[in-house]
Amino acid sequence: MPSEDEIFSKVQEALVDALGVDDDEVTPEATLQGDLDAESIDFLDIVFRLEKAFDIKIERGELFPEDILTDTAFVQDGKVNEAGIAKLKERMPFADLSKFESEPIVQNLGQQLTVKDMCNFVAYKLAA
Amino acid sequence: MRWFWIDRFTEFVCGSHATAVKGVSLAEDHIHEHIVGYPIMPNSLVAEGMAQAGGLLVSEQYGFGELVVLGKLAKAKFHSCVRNGETLTYRVEVDSVRESGAAVTATAHVGERLHAEALLFFARLGEETDPLQGARLFRPRDLRHWLTLVGVFEVGVKADGSPMQESDYPLEEGVTG
Repeated sequence: MPSEDEIFSKVQEALVDALGVDDDEVTPEATLQGDLDAESIDFLDIVFRLEKAFDIKIERGELFPEDILTDTAFVQDGKVNEAGIAKLKERMPFADLSKFESEPIVQNLGQQLTVKDMCNFVAYKLAA
Repeated sequence: MRWFWIDRFTEFVCGSHATAVKGVSLAEDHIHEHIVGYPIMPNSLVAEGMAQAGGLLVSEQYGFGELVVLGKLAKAKFHSCVRNGETLTYRVEVDSVRESGAAVTATAHVGERLHAEALLFFARLGEETDPLQGARLFRPRDLRHWLTLVGVFEVGVKADGSPMQESDYPLEEGVTG
């Protein structure tokens, strides 16, 4: 199991290559969509790079559970309901959702995903 | 001008790789219009050729029945100028295919000379896609016509080496809606 620093370093490299950003922009607190301008197609690129870098397999919806965010059982009026939040926590134990919970607008989830969340996701996958 | 940026496949192995060629001719308008007085093949159209070759290889993985679009051209490098009378050979290899899309590594050579290399990402817009995001790009019969023109069913083989059959794909009008 690689150390936290090793995971960060490889995640950083993947993000630099996939998003064309500089090393120093990829800080643990940086948000992927907000700060690093990642678009939806970039997530496919990032996922492929992480798979290669860490020799893991990432299934669709694992990093970003879009199925929950489009399920009317969990989303009402553009906001994720309590059952949806519980489901997200279950599916995303690697992410800090506390900020999202305070204003659970669907679009905010992607906006708030950070580099640190990404590193936690990789550590979670490696430990599985 | 017709938007065909590969002339013919010379190899097409489903789920693996393909090779296609494109002859560059002085008869083509674009070669004169890129840099006036110095006819060269625009590299943007070399990228389009790699994308068409890679896109058809990826599209086959989804049965030629769904919309596959170029989402991203990553790390494209061009090393030379391609002149009239030269033949570009595009080689595309599938790196990874998923439900949501695929990654393809592509190169363009002129003879032994490496002219271009790129990493391409294709997004699959399947049946679940909101129609407002975009209609199908091709009618099945138009896609079939294109695949036939560029020789996919002449040289194409499945992963097990058996020949591709046109009848294995939903290329008849109405089959895919």
